[in-house]
Amino acid sequence: MRPRLFLVLSCLVAALAAQPLRAEDAPQSCEVPDNLLATVSVLPKVADAIKRGKLDILVVGSRSSTIVSSDASAYPARLQAALQAVLPKLAVNLSVEIQVKKTAEEAGSTLPKLMEVKRPTLVIWQTGTVDAMRSIDPDDFRSAVSEGVVALQKAGADVILINPQYSPRTETMISVPPYIDNLRAVAQEHDIPLFDRFAIMHQWNDQGDFDLFSTTHGIDLAKRVHDCLGRALSKFIIDAAHAGPTQQN
Amino acid sequence: MTSIDQVAGTAPAGAVDAPAVATAARGARAPAISLPVIGERELRLDLFRGLALWLIFIDHLPPSLLTWFTIRNYGFSDATEIFIFISGYTAAFVYGRAMLESGFVVSTARILRRAWQIYVAHVFLFTIFLAEISYVANSFENPLYTEEMGIMDFLKQPDVTIFQALILRFRPVNMDVLPLYIVLMLSLPGILALMRWKPDVTLMLSVLLYAVTWRYDLYFSAYPNGYWTFNPLAWQLLFVFGAWCALGGARRMSQIIASRVTLWICVVYLAAAFYVTLTWYVPAMSHMLPKRLELWMYPIDKTDLDVLRFAHFLALAAITVRFLPRDWPGLKSPWLKPLILCGQHSLEIFCLGVFLAFAGHFILAEVGGGAAMHALVSLCGIIIMSAVAWLISWYKHVADKSAPRKAAVGNADMAGGSL
Repeated sequence: MRPRLFLVLSCLVAALAAQPLRAEDAPQSCEVPDNLLATVSVLPKVADAIKRGKLDILVVGSRSSTIVSSDASAYPARLQAALQAVLPKLAVNLSVEIQVKKTAEEAGSTLPKLMEVKRPTLVIWQTGTVDAMRSIDPDDFRSAVSEGVVALQKAGADVILINPQYSPRTETMISVPPYIDNLRAVAQEHDIPLFDRFAIMHQWNDQGDFDLFSTTHGIDLAKRVHDCLGRALSKFIIDAAHAGPTQQN
Repeated sequence: MTSIDQVAGTAPAGAVDAPAVATAARGARAPAISLPVIGERELRLDLFRGLALWLIFIDHLPPSLLTWFTIRNYGFSDATEIFIFISGYTAAFVYGRAMLESGFVVSTARILRRAWQIYVAHVFLFTIFLAEISYVANSFENPLYTEEMGIMDFLKQPDVTIFQALILRFRPVNMDVLPLYIVLMLSLPGILALMRWKPDVTLMLSVLLYAVTWRYDLYFSAYPNGYWTFNPLAWQLLFVFGAWCALGGARRMSQIIASRVTLWICVVYLAAAFYVTLTWYVPAMSHMLPKRLELWMYPIDKTDLDVLRFAHFLALAAITVRFLPRDWPGLKSPWLKPLILCGQHSLEIFCLGVFLAFAGHFILAEVGGGAAMHALVSLCGIIIMSAVAWLISWYKHVADKSAPRKAAVGNADMAGGSL
């Protein structure tokens, strides 16, 4: 199955291998530039909830919102921990609803029911990957997300959207840009914050914080990335709710 | 755009034989006088098609520093528009003449042969793609990307996948342009025949088809689901418009293009488009756009060639034509030579670009993707593309020298380069 092409390329690669720096050696940091965490949209209900001292969060997402066999290290759980660390007096209640292989439309249809059961203050909706993999018409994707957001808002929650991961190895196979663009458009349309997971992970890869091209089979990289995502997301939420630690009393 | 034109136009090294060849070219060209336009080789076309090829290559690589030089970051349209327009222009130019010289049947046969070449090129690229995917599927198992790796599922049914690829319904990312081009080429005989009868009516029919496509949401379905990334029913507008320009439209429009009003409309539109694009990269600015405008404008659809994109391309083209005259001496400068050479061998260089993009991805994946490495890969790709274009030119020139008469005819569709 390995054509000669790869042999030739391997030689090329070997020639270039003098390149230093694989991210494993780099110091473990994962700073996110401010402009990637800036949002002009606000989360008024979250702000109120923080003042009252109790915040209920629901994360709705596909497979990339979890780590197989290690849920507690995935970004939702890390988000909860990070929020708790910054706002110790806040009771953070978090539930996760993973909908494997569901498109935005399929996931969206379950939202009203979920809202009735869970009644969260904040819904974090991660979507787009499955739609990209199944090449759903971006227009249909957009209206599905838009309808979902309206349903969530109607049920009384603040909403944050999360876009697909940056996945360099599958870049030649999955075309995510149209879905990222449409998520951005929906966020603008409804004036809700969009957590740009794609750009943030891209930034980490470029900075050398993480080597996302890595062929590692181990779970360690995934854990570290999710930990950083959780922390970035917590900062993002606190900023959008204008609720720094000082504002809590 | 025969390679003979090329010799006459660019007078590359070994110009000793050029006069003789040029005479042959003129001889071959003589019957074309009845075409609305006969011309020198339009180096501007080669230049911008070469530029489009470079930009498409850069856009196909993972984003890097160089990506900021691609025009899609500064407005609505991107290199694909340039590419399809120029393809329509050159295809009409070459095969329109062929149709006058040798009739409908023979020129149709030539066009079909060209379409076949493009099809073979597409299948070749698909084979390389399959090899790459299979390699990744076998070697890559990062738990972070469990979800994304689901895309490899199609490898479990190679029979279906390969068949669907052969009938152009399964197209991996970055392999959308050639199928679009094949469909456009297949419709070219009809377009040209109509154009010979009434160019303006043809253009109007094309606009009508475009409108109907939008109104009734027509599309080409793809495998395993979805639709063609470039909808030929919409993109044909650009292609036919290019053909229309080649067959006299451009000349008739020259007064409009030269007018000050047009210039200002173009400048204002381009500036507005730039501003809108800026809001995509600087989220803080997005609130400065009126909500109503946003609702009306988004999404700016690439699949169906949004009117905003088309208009953006027109504005760019109008300004370019205005400020870059046909006889601009810079066109002969050695600095632009690589671009022009690439533009002159567009099918080969396009395929090479797609291949190099795959290879670039692969290298970045294996070596690790620092910014410097990114830039290096992009740069190497461009150098390789230019070098190969130069090699092809050189070879064709040598081959033409040994058989000038035959080449004058036989090359018309080879170098038709109408990709």
